Amino acid sequence: MNPWIVPNLWIIPALPLLASLCILSLGKARRRPAALVAIFAQAAALVLAVAAFAPTLATPGFRATHNFTWFTFGENAVRIGFVLDPLTAAMLMMITFVSLCIFVFSTGYMAEDANFTRFFAYLSFFSAAMLGVVISNSLLLLFVCWELVGLASYLLIGFWIHKPSAAAAAKKAFITTRVGDIGFFLGILWLYGTSGTLLLYDGGRGALEATSLLAIASSATFIALLIFCGAVGKSGQFPLHVWLPDAMEGPTPVSALIHAATMVAAGVFLVARVFPFFSSGAVDGVTPALTVVVWVGVITALMAALIAIAQDDIKRILAYSTVSQLGLMMVSLGVGGVAAGIVHLLAHAFFKALLFLGAGSIIHGSHHEQDIRRMGGLRRLMPVTFATYAIGMMSLSGVPLLFSGAWTKEEILHGTAHWHGSPIPHYLLLLGVVLTAFYMTRQMIYVFFAPQRTQNTPHESPRVMTIPLIALAVCSIGLSVILTPAWPWLHQYLLGRPAEFHLGRIIQPMLFLSAVLVGAGVGLGVLLYRNAETSDPLAQRQPALFRFLTNRMWLDEIYHATVLRLSAFAALFADWMDRNVIDRLAGGVGGFGQLLGLVTAGVDERGINAGVNESADSTRGIGRLVSTWHSGRVQNYLRAVAVGAVTLLIVYAWLG
Amino acid sequence: MITALVVIPLIGALFVSVAPQSRARAVALGLSLLTALVALTMWRNFDGSSAELQFVERYTWIPAIGAEYLLGVDGFSLLLVLLTSIVVPFALLAQPAGRGFCALMLITQTALYGTFTAQNFVLWFLFFEMSLIPSFLLIKLWGGLNRDRAAVKFFVFTFFGSVAMLLAFLGIYLAHGTFDFARLAGLGAARLLTGNVGWLAFGGIFLGLAVKAALFPFHTWLPDTYENAPTGATMVLSGLLSKMGIYGFIRLLLPLFPHEISTIAPWLLTLAVCSILLSALAAWAQSDLKRMVAYLSITHLGYCMLGIFAVAALPQRPPVEAQATLSGVMMQVFNHGITAAALFYFVGLLEQRRGSRTIADFGGLMQRTPLLCGWMSVALFSFLGLPGLNGFIGEFLIFKGSFALAASATAVAVFGLLFTAVALLRCMQALFSGRIANDAASFADLRRNELTVVVPVSLLMLAIGIAPQWVFNIFNATVIQMARALA
Repeated sequence: MNPWIVPNLWIIPALPLLASLCILSLGKARRRPAALVAIFAQAAALVLAVAAFAPTLATPGFRATHNFTWFTFGENAVRIGFVLDPLTAAMLMMITFVSLCIFVFSTGYMAEDANFTRFFAYLSFFSAAMLGVVISNSLLLLFVCWELVGLASYLLIGFWIHKPSAAAAAKKAFITTRVGDIGFFLGILWLYGTSGTLLLYDGGRGALEATSLLAIASSATFIALLIFCGAVGKSGQFPLHVWLPDAMEGPTPVSALIHAATMVAAGVFLVARVFPFFSSGAVDGVTPALTVVVWVGVITALMAALIAIAQDDIKRILAYSTVSQLGLMMVSLGVGGVAAGIVHLLAHAFFKALLFLGAGSIIHGSHHEQDIRRMGGLRRLMPVTFATYAIGMMSLSGVPLLFSGAWTKEEILHGTAHWHGSPIPHYLLLLGVVLTAFYMTRQMIYVFFAPQRTQNTPHESPRVMTIPLIALAVCSIGLSVILTPAWPWLHQYLLGRPAEFHLGRIIQPMLFLSAVLVGAGVGLGVLLYRNAETSDPLAQRQPALFRFLTNRMWLDEIYHATVLRLSAFAALFADWMDRNVIDRLAGGVGGFGQLLGLVTAGVDERGINAGVNESADSTRGIGRLVSTWHSGRVQNYLRAVAVGAVTLLIVYAWLG
Repeated sequence: MITALVVIPLIGALFVSVAPQSRARAVALGLSLLTALVALTMWRNFDGSSAELQFVERYTWIPAIGAEYLLGVDGFSLLLVLLTSIVVPFALLAQPAGRGFCALMLITQTALYGTFTAQNFVLWFLFFEMSLIPSFLLIKLWGGLNRDRAAVKFFVFTFFGSVAMLLAFLGIYLAHGTFDFARLAGLGAARLLTGNVGWLAFGGIFLGLAVKAALFPFHTWLPDTYENAPTGATMVLSGLLSKMGIYGFIRLLLPLFPHEISTIAPWLLTLAVCSILLSALAAWAQSDLKRMVAYLSITHLGYCMLGIFAVAALPQRPPVEAQATLSGVMMQVFNHGITAAALFYFVGLLEQRRGSRTIADFGGLMQRTPLLCGWMSVALFSFLGLPGLNGFIGEFLIFKGSFALAASATAVAVFGLLFTAVALLRCMQALFSGRIANDAASFADLRRNELTVVVPVSLLMLAIGIAPQWVFNIFNATVIQMARALA
């Protein structure tokens, strides 16, 4: 019944994992073999991903699982497994392909780095963990891989370990996401307790299947929201988004792969994967859990888009745009458009990887300059980068017709317009579309159109870096073919329905609306930044607002002043209390014991004078130690035993 | 067979004390490994499907007080015997050691084997106390700056606990006339002692074990002791001696006093949660590396206590949850033993190289000593409970079971995972990254002989993290039986 690939799905993550171990054992000097091993393993994983894709194409709504026992505690088996369905297959294809592009790009970008091999080992490890997340058919296995993804991200953000800022950012990322993971973990525990299984699909007995959903109905909202905590952390949703912009301290290919295309989408993927928990008991497609998802998404999308307007670091702008787009995906899931959200996730992975790699190419070409105000004129100097970057920018902004992002965004807006919860998210997202077009236009003008501002003439990147750019750009455009409302193949594939072709449906009112909005955003940007100098025109007109946004709404500062300071204080307090209160208290109890010996044995000089610590301080040297031991402690002890025994006898006789 | 376990290190200690100073460690290591071999043989011949005591040796000893020489192992005992066989040789390798040091370590090993296999209180207590003296001397003679104070503090605390426990057992003996664990456990289900006497006896045993297992607020001896003990002794203290407390809780307190525990369970759970959270927070505030790991050890022991109290908390205990919790606690005991020992080993290496344990004295190690940092990270992440390494399995099962049995306490305790991560990552950041500390140039990476110690232990952590079934096989039958007895 099962295609051969299903029980062998583990090979897909195993390949990069093996590559990673292999590279680590190769040592620092073997740079070329390291890159080759990593790329070869990734390519092989891509081939297997295609093999996994095939059966899901053949049957709409295909789903096959392979479950097995991980370990048995007492009489209970903990079972984990793999699942192959359209969601898994599409994610596998995306991750392996984007990873492959980024691996190839990295061979150029990291060429001069001393720790080139370690970089590829970490990248491969990341890829393995991420692939593990998408094939998991068990929340436990998913959580395991989820945490390993977090570890990989930690290692890669802090890759330039000599930079204190990188180490701090890595720590921040790990801990912030772990805050969310605590919720996720509790959600898993709760689910395990109530449904008795952590398998998602298990021939009718899985947690996501009808019987179990019925059993957990009363707690489904809590379980869903706890799991959502994990998604909030990983996908950089408000209020745990603060780590993601800092994560740009990592090398740019890392930002592209992990903090734009794949890992940050894991949260969205997770919500989509366990969507039945969220939608359980829905009335008109609205549940409390889904409403929370929508509002968190809306707040994130809008807030990040606003902050992106006032950033000057090319990677930070993209980082905030990622946060904003992830918010958009969350909204889509929240209003019930799971397929629309995932399709946007897939399209976003391509064009955002493209943008980040483009940014990498720009940074590489302009001698590690990241401030857009000091760039300029790159249109002529880096033509390939410019062309591909423009495609990425138009996809992200949602310029209609040709670019994948436009169709997927339109689909999401369509969903929010028909949501029964509230009309407000829809309008806020429309505002978000304008903002996105605006900040991307600002960036394009500064980087490519403004006059050249540096002495050091930038240069186009080598071919090993531009070819992945071109490949991703082609995908960003080519993907539209299966996304248009005329032939929404990808949606229908994810929903498990065959797609039909209707050219007429391509004309949608939403299309015009978004064309107008994008036009407004781009127009506004051109108007404002046409003749911009190094000082920002927006900053001149609205200095207070601009400062507010530049400083990321002071959220980091607020966290520092509240949560962080409070917990640091709690730590110091715990330490202080331990040293000064509890220790004394325990010393007092010890003293009581000595008192007991004292009272019963009559006068004992040592017993009178010594509290625990004083006696400790007064004991010096082995000779005296041994003598103390003989004259004092052992006798005390024996006395205490004797007295205690007698006391107990008396008490016993008295009570019994 | 068990007698061989107990006796070989003891005779070994005699051998070592007459061996030439330069060979002492090699002889001790050989003998320690020899006993490990005996333990391995036991494991091979152990019937994992049976919950009965195995390899039982029973002789009359002091018939007047019902004290028998009764040794035997069930799954849980065997687990700890194996752990002892791993950690003691590991600890001997941690530092250069002379005759006295090695002899004392071997005596500790005897005491540990005895404690984990004795099935009669008098014998058990003898071994329990026997572990105290060599540890005391190890700290006293080879310890750090405040060794005098630490040694006496350690001694007084644990001694006081022991006295309380002994009194309690005398009371029980007077009531029932037996010291046999199995018989007492049989009586425990239907109230061993009623009324105030019962509470007195419970209190005494509880105190003795809580001090040993460093339950809040009886834990303050632990950071001082671990900080000042020599590396090898710290490894044994954290890896094994603290487990004697947990072992006692499961072997004695749970079967003997289920009613008492369940009556005051909310209070006990609060203590466990305090243990977990306050120690994790305190760890964050430490500037001394060893002290930080010591505090995190209290947190990890706190997870075990949480599980133990949660099992007894409700009058109705679904077998799945009870089994999950007990399995989790046993797994955690094993894993913490290995990981804590490994971390203290690494701290020892750093101390040898730098002459200091202050976190601020290090920095930029990753650039100089990638191997040291890489392998140390494995232990650190295992301590942090990263899935894929051994620490996660036990913690997951403890939380799984206790969440169903005591939801609110567990929900709070889970934040221990977060604070542990904060403390450990802060330490990693300070140690590994940033600028190279000034004289780090002379800082050597892991040497070949150190690698031969570190690599197998790290691989063991990885093996348990990925495929833990072989560990579960040791104690599954025991867990089922314990859960049934509690149900």
